[in-house]
Amino acid sequence: MSSQSHRLASGGLIDRSTPMNFTFDGKPMTGYAGDTLASALVANGVRLVGRSFKYHRPRGILTAGSEEPNALVELRSGARREPNTKATTAELYDGLEAASQNRWPSLRHDFLSVNQLASPIFVAGFYYKTFMWPAALWEKLYEPLIRRAAGLGRAAEAPDPDSYEKAWAHCDVLVAGGGPTGLAAALAAGRTGARVILCDEGTQFGGRLLSDGGEIDSMPSGEWAAKALAELEALPNVRIMARTTVTGVYDGGVHSALERVSDHLPVPPAHTPRQRLWRIVARRSVVAAGAIERPIVFPGNDVPGVMTASAMRTYISRYAATPARRIALFTNNDDGWKTVEAALAAGLAVAAVVDSRAEISAAQRETARGAGFAILNGAVDRVDGGKDGIGSISVALAGGARATVEADGLAVSGGWNPALALTSYHRGRPKWRNDIAAFVPDSPPPGMHAAGAANGSFGLAACLADGHAAGASAASDLGFSKSAGKASSAADAPETPLSPVWHVAGKGKAFVDYQNDVTASDIELSAREGFQSVEHLKRYTTLGMATDQGKTSNVSGLAIMAAVTGRSIPETGTTIYRPPYVPTSMGALAGTNRGEHFHATRLTPSHHWAEEQGAVFVDTGLWKRAQWYPRAGEKDWLESVTREVRTVRSGVGFCDVSTLGKIDVHGPDAGAFLDRVYINTFSTLAVGKARYGLMLREDGMVYDDGTTSRLAEDHYFLTTTTAKAGPVMQHLEFCRQVLFPELDVQLTSVSDQWAQFSIAGPKVRDLLREIVDPEEDLSNEGFPFMGVREVALRGGIRARLFRISFSGEMAFEISVPARFGDALVRNLMRAGEPFGIIPYGTEALGVMRVEKGHVAGPELNGTTTAGDLGLGKMMSSKKDYIGRTMAGRDALTAPDRQVVVGIRPTDKARRLRSGAHLIPMGEMPEPSTDHGYVTSVCFSPMLDQWIGLGLLARGRDRIGEVMRAHDPLRGEDYDVEICNPVFYDPEGGRQRG
Amino acid sequence: MRIACPYCGPRENGEFSYLGDATPVRPSLEQGVDAMLDYVFLRDNVAGEMQELWYHGGGCRAWLKVTRNTLTHEISAVEAARGAGAAKVGKR
Repeated sequence: MSSQSHRLASGGLIDRSTPMNFTFDGKPMTGYAGDTLASALVANGVRLVGRSFKYHRPRGILTAGSEEPNALVELRSGARREPNTKATTAELYDGLEAASQNRWPSLRHDFLSVNQLASPIFVAGFYYKTFMWPAALWEKLYEPLIRRAAGLGRAAEAPDPDSYEKAWAHCDVLVAGGGPTGLAAALAAGRTGARVILCDEGTQFGGRLLSDGGEIDSMPSGEWAAKALAELEALPNVRIMARTTVTGVYDGGVHSALERVSDHLPVPPAHTPRQRLWRIVARRSVVAAGAIERPIVFPGNDVPGVMTASAMRTYISRYAATPARRIALFTNNDDGWKTVEAALAAGLAVAAVVDSRAEISAAQRETARGAGFAILNGAVDRVDGGKDGIGSISVALAGGARATVEADGLAVSGGWNPALALTSYHRGRPKWRNDIAAFVPDSPPPGMHAAGAANGSFGLAACLADGHAAGASAASDLGFSKSAGKASSAADAPETPLSPVWHVAGKGKAFVDYQNDVTASDIELSAREGFQSVEHLKRYTTLGMATDQGKTSNVSGLAIMAAVTGRSIPETGTTIYRPPYVPTSMGALAGTNRGEHFHATRLTPSHHWAEEQGAVFVDTGLWKRAQWYPRAGEKDWLESVTREVRTVRSGVGFCDVSTLGKIDVHGPDAGAFLDRVYINTFSTLAVGKARYGLMLREDGMVYDDGTTSRLAEDHYFLTTTTAKAGPVMQHLEFCRQVLFPELDVQLTSVSDQWAQFSIAGPKVRDLLREIVDPEEDLSNEGFPFMGVREVALRGGIRARLFRISFSGEMAFEISVPARFGDALVRNLMRAGEPFGIIPYGTEALGVMRVEKGHVAGPELNGTTTAGDLGLGKMMSSKKDYIGRTMAGRDALTAPDRQVVVGIRPTDKARRLRSGAHLIPMGEMPEPSTDHGYVTSVCFSPMLDQWIGLGLLARGRDRIGEVMRAHDPLRGEDYDVEICNPVFYDPEGGRQRG
Repeated sequence: MRIACPYCGPRENGEFSYLGDATPVRPSLEQGVDAMLDYVFLRDNVAGEMQELWYHGGGCRAWLKVTRNTLTHEISAVEAARGAGAAKVGKR
């Protein structure tokens, strides 16, 4: 157990009655409930927490919030290991394991810190300059080396065991940030009755009040915040969300917010997600995100022990943890002085205040006199030190003299940058305000208003007034007329204006962007080499491109570029941001859509039965379809599929085809409508008949195919392919609503309403007689090929029977309401037993369609015309239809187009594979001799050899030609014969019976 | 982004799919291939307000004509697209 050597004896917002054990790099330590990992490390006297990205410099904690660039650690272990987590926002819990990153073999002795010695080659753009030659070494040497050296933390290697979810919320006014401004805004809006959501990224509401104290409405600010929160909690129209960062704003008032539901616990409780990603629809939003203190750029400004002034007093006042025993302050503004007051109040020594301003208030002089420290008018131009912290602090005094300050902590304040990221997400460019030397929001997204420090109003009184006004006006804009109540008040002390200090020149590395190791001299180099625009600066130096998005560095970098190029800051440019405001885990973005829940799963009506049979399933879109039904003793899929095909062709089998898209087309103009969407004619189809139909896209290419039946004068039943069920429905609705509104026709998707089975084979009638009412005439005369009608099944269920065939066998498709699908399939098996019935899967279905030369997905690939598929004769010349005009274009009717042909290897034992290119014999395989390719293949049990379909230029004139099948991907080259695509029963006698 | 479907109310954009410009009118067969080429392929790249076709596939399956500013993404009107692409009878 460590002793919490740097914990004050009293004070702070920590719960000393709840100690918490944790480890850092394996070393056991203790903190308290209410600590962050960073504050607990501070309390344990830990200064060195990580190594920097490029130079492996020793780094400490710089800030106390989500802007932290340095203190990135790995949390947890095993499958929950989480890299690059900010110690400053990670809440401490009992048992927390944390580890430093980017060091080897240990944090104190890091081998790659030699990179500092080689630093001349690590300047901006070093990737482009250093690893230029030879190019071949990039992949094998440079990139692996750079990746090993430059990575930060290590991701977990096992699947994340925790769950994540996404949720929607709606409100009138969203308040982002729960400091004084946000609380005031939420109170004002909430009192009017508006629905308010108040989010804060921390656990406790109050923002800077938690660290800086002060008085509001004549009470301690902590008491005021508690009272405000209690009033908000009592309002039923207000929702308070802690640990929730508003991370983005999108069109139409949609905001994203990340709620860290269980990050503060070792393991999420049962049925509770780790994180929740919110989409909050807000009619108005108030950005009360506060401001971020900026460091000053000077040599050695990254030595552990150098901290932003506000962070230092947060650790001292809020966490009763002392980053140093004897502190110095380097500031250019009055706010920094609050850290001196906090240090003195905690009984710490103050070594000196280095203030860049000549004018120091009487009160500040009095403070210095009372505490016995010097006020030095000048600037810190070097901090010496390293992994053990600060050695000494060198000061260049205004008059030219020098001074040295001995301190183990240096608080730095270069002023404050409003946290305006949310306001710039719609490309609203911030505007420069000289009086505070900072950018403030301008032209935020519609309905958004920045208030308080986020809008450049830094005083407490100003924040309260601004927040109240923003909340009240958002509510009144929306028509909430009840009173917003009285604004809270505070007194702001008069301030001496800030005097901008961005960069103090001196010897040594002066860091602008700590996380990406971008120095002031990198920016100077970028300017010298011509990369002076902000956009170039960013990309050339990587300034602001780390996971902190340059929250502490962008404005300073811009200011240095402005100084180097002799321009003003607003002339140099502005910097805007992209969401998310804080790094968001992939888990939160995925929510519940992971693993088997990545998408919905659709099960066919016979699925459970097929599962009982041990079927092997294949994913086709969202569907799971039975691919084949293995039997004991079968050595592989091919043996099972071959058996299924042989059984169907010699006996009877059935296949679940419920996945086909099914659309009911109703109305007096149903036939006319179908005539316009299919290339062939349906208005003349007799009631009780089915017809194969082909649809084109408007550009003339084939879109989809299927059979459509006429069930009544004004009722057609249309089927689509499985893959295109949704798109065809959308297309038909487009035609109906947008193109042909004059037609009286209605479309209804009935894909899920019907269980449909194809029953095929010479014994199909024998089987059907067992399940169909004996009164039904199933003979060729009573039920001819392409006939359709409703029949009664034994037992009374009504079914639709379609005499259509995809397999080329005598076949029927039977459909029953989906709820009877399972019963039907069990009945088929029982009734079919005497005939040796088997179920067959999609593989056997595919084999039989290739044997019959039927085209499917691989041929309907978006580049083929009806003519290419051998279906050109179906194109009616008597009517307009979608795609007709464009299908007539020269290139779509050219004689050298690739058309569907049959293909078989000349060596009967040879396996054919799809994707092989068809090259004329004697030619070298190259693009100019590539005449086509193999699209679909199967082993044909009927021909006892591999066969296939392909697309071949002038293919119909080349039947009998032997060509070379060239397959460079698999290293195969063999001879094939081009043949008629209908391999089996070309006369079609079997299906016509 | 959210679209206020005239039948279903404001719904999130995941329920909709986008087609494109709502102004082209499908030429009749007699207008020939040039008119059809224009209709199928040629679109203006509008910077500003444009009328677009959106399909509410995750809702009522209505095709909608949405007036949207491509610069600000602001949606100023949503109506049923009924007949938006219909050839005008007698106007060839």
